[in-house]
Amino acid sequence: MKLLVCVSKTPETTSKIAFTAENTEFDTNGIQYIMNPYDEWYALVRALEIKEAIGGGSVTIVNVGPASNDTVIRKGLAIGADEAVRVDAEPKSSFFVASQIAAYAKEEGFDMIFLGKETIDYNGSEVGAMLAEMLDLPFISYATQLDIDGNNATIARDIEGGTEVVEVQTPFVISAAKGMAEQRIPNMRGIMMAKRKPLKVVPAVEANDPAVVVSYELPAAKSEVKMIDPENMDELVRLLHEEAKVI
Amino acid sequence: MVLVFVENQKGQFKKSAFEAVTYGNKMAALLGTGCEALVFGSSVENPGILGTYGAAKVHHVSDEQLNNFDSQVYATAIAQAAEKIGAGVVVLSHSSTGKSLLGRLAVKLNAGSVAGVNSLPNVEGGFKVRKNVFSGKAIAEYSINSDVKVLSLMGNSLQPEQNGAAAEVTGLSLDLPASKIKVKEVKTIDGEVPLPEAELVVSAGRGMKGPENWGIIEELAKTIGATTACSRPVADTGWRPHHEHVGQTGVAIRPNLYFAIGISGAIQHLAGVNRSKVIVVINKDPEAPFFKAADYGVCADLFDVVPRLTESLKKFKAN
Ligand SMILES: Cc1cc2nc3c(=O)[nH]c(=O)nc-3n(C[C@H](O)[C@H](O)[C@H](O)COP(=O)(O)OP(=O)(O)OC[C@H]3O[C@@H](n4cnc5c(N)ncnc54)[C@H](O)[C@@H]3O)c2cc1C
Repeated sequence: MKLLVCVSKTPETTSKIAFTAENTEFDTNGIQYIMNPYDEWYALVRALEIKEAIGGGSVTIVNVGPASNDTVIRKGLAIGADEAVRVDAEPKSSFFVASQIAAYAKEEGFDMIFLGKETIDYNGSEVGAMLAEMLDLPFISYATQLDIDGNNATIARDIEGGTEVVEVQTPFVISAAKGMAEQRIPNMRGIMMAKRKPLKVVPAVEANDPAVVVSYELPAAKSEVKMIDPENMDELVRLLHEEAKVI
Repeated sequence: MVLVFVENQKGQFKKSAFEAVTYGNKMAALLGTGCEALVFGSSVENPGILGTYGAAKVHHVSDEQLNNFDSQVYATAIAQAAEKIGAGVVVLSHSSTGKSLLGRLAVKLNAGSVAGVNSLPNVEGGFKVRKNVFSGKAIAEYSINSDVKVLSLMGNSLQPEQNGAAAEVTGLSLDLPASKIKVKEVKTIDGEVPLPEAELVVSAGRGMKGPENWGIIEELAKTIGATTACSRPVADTGWRPHHEHVGQTGVAIRPNLYFAIGISGAIQHLAGVNRSKVIVVINKDPEAPFFKAADYGVCADLFDVVPRLTESLKKFKAN
């Protein structure tokens, strides 16, 4: 089985978010980056587990981004992927990224393409659906469980207030949510081996997204917290009803 | 024309469906056009009711094949309907279904798309919408300049407004591809409002000490009809089910009222809940960071204060 895992680079979760150029650009000053947690913890690890269970095949990582993304890519190789491909361009938008991955994956004949359910920066969860459409493949999103038997996959996915179980045959695109796998910490051997694994850089194709960010804003600051006497819960209830009007 | 694709679960509409139609209707008014709704499946009950939320017409594709969700089949069907009806904007709910469809539709319709919008568009000299980014830590404004646009509407972004009459329902027949997915089973927990849609949420963290203590949380939630949630370590250690985990790497929510009980207020937790309208924090540590993000705070032992809060709420409900 040939497996592809799409990974993105996101600001570390404790990052303070700020903007520059009159609130039109994300301020990258002092920002530490990580691999998007859903991509790393769930999509990549499940792909590796499947390769291990089958006892063969390959796991390729693809990332759209500049050379500075190589550290994140190398981490994926250290966790266990066999090889990586980086499409050399700024990942401007979901449509741009999906177009790049589709252009690369089209000729490669992957059996399964994994993504995390969404990125923690732009929270779009659009790339998977776009990619599936561009490659004309089924797309199963928010998967919490994936079992493979030959070419048949049984997948559980999150839906509002419950779960759905579907069957589908390879090839398909799948986005991974919590439950799919457990985070793996790369060991020393993995880190050493990652340095020698192939990381191919390919040029971008043209793709213009008609939806673009024009400005950013930080949420309005909360007003001062009102402390309530712990002995007087009737007062809290009164305020929630009369002042906040939420009950 | 604004076309709203309205989801149903087992033939029933949920609040998010009425929010989407209300949103579509208000957008149509801004754009000086009409709003129509599209519904799928053979078991939809009373599709005409969407008229009362502002749909001038309801297009009903009653094919049984559409009783089960397959993003490939659904996207083909919505794209065909959008072309037949002449839709300039297609509105979806930002649900598991909507999120699986948005990107596909954008590609099919050569449309610009924005996922999880939370405001009506600014249509002065263009088309601009806003959404939360960085897991709620910021807001971005997008401009879309394609002829056709597709949007998914974040839950709880506006209140459904019902004031019109029932709409005329017309059948629509489409040319559907065969599905490559077989839906084996759909399990939903009845009688509980799913977290992303809940208006009232009672959430608890590691301060609870153990899963055996959750009775007071469930009792509080039951008293006001709230949905329960938890912090990540609570779900990770199996005290509570995974679907209750809220935050940057869990479910992002924006209820009207969020109770945070025995939760410290780590930045990753806040990211998923800080868009709640009102936040009440109960924590025994006066230095807990959550107090800075709260509207109301109670600094006390939760095991003492939560049962008394529940009593006060019961008294309030009885009046
Ligand atoms: C990459 C990454 C992603 C993450 N994503 C998330 C996420 O999505 N969601 C999330 O929640 N966390 C997330 N976390 C974890 C987060 O950093 C915190 O560790 C977590 O939120 C803490 O959970 P807690 O508040 O329940 O526990 P604690 O931090 O242990 O806080 C417990 C609180 O309970 C109070 N308390 C204890 N006993 C009592 C009592 N008797 N009465 C009243 N108060 C009491 C304490 O004062 C304390 O404030 C993430 C972390 C990382 C690194």
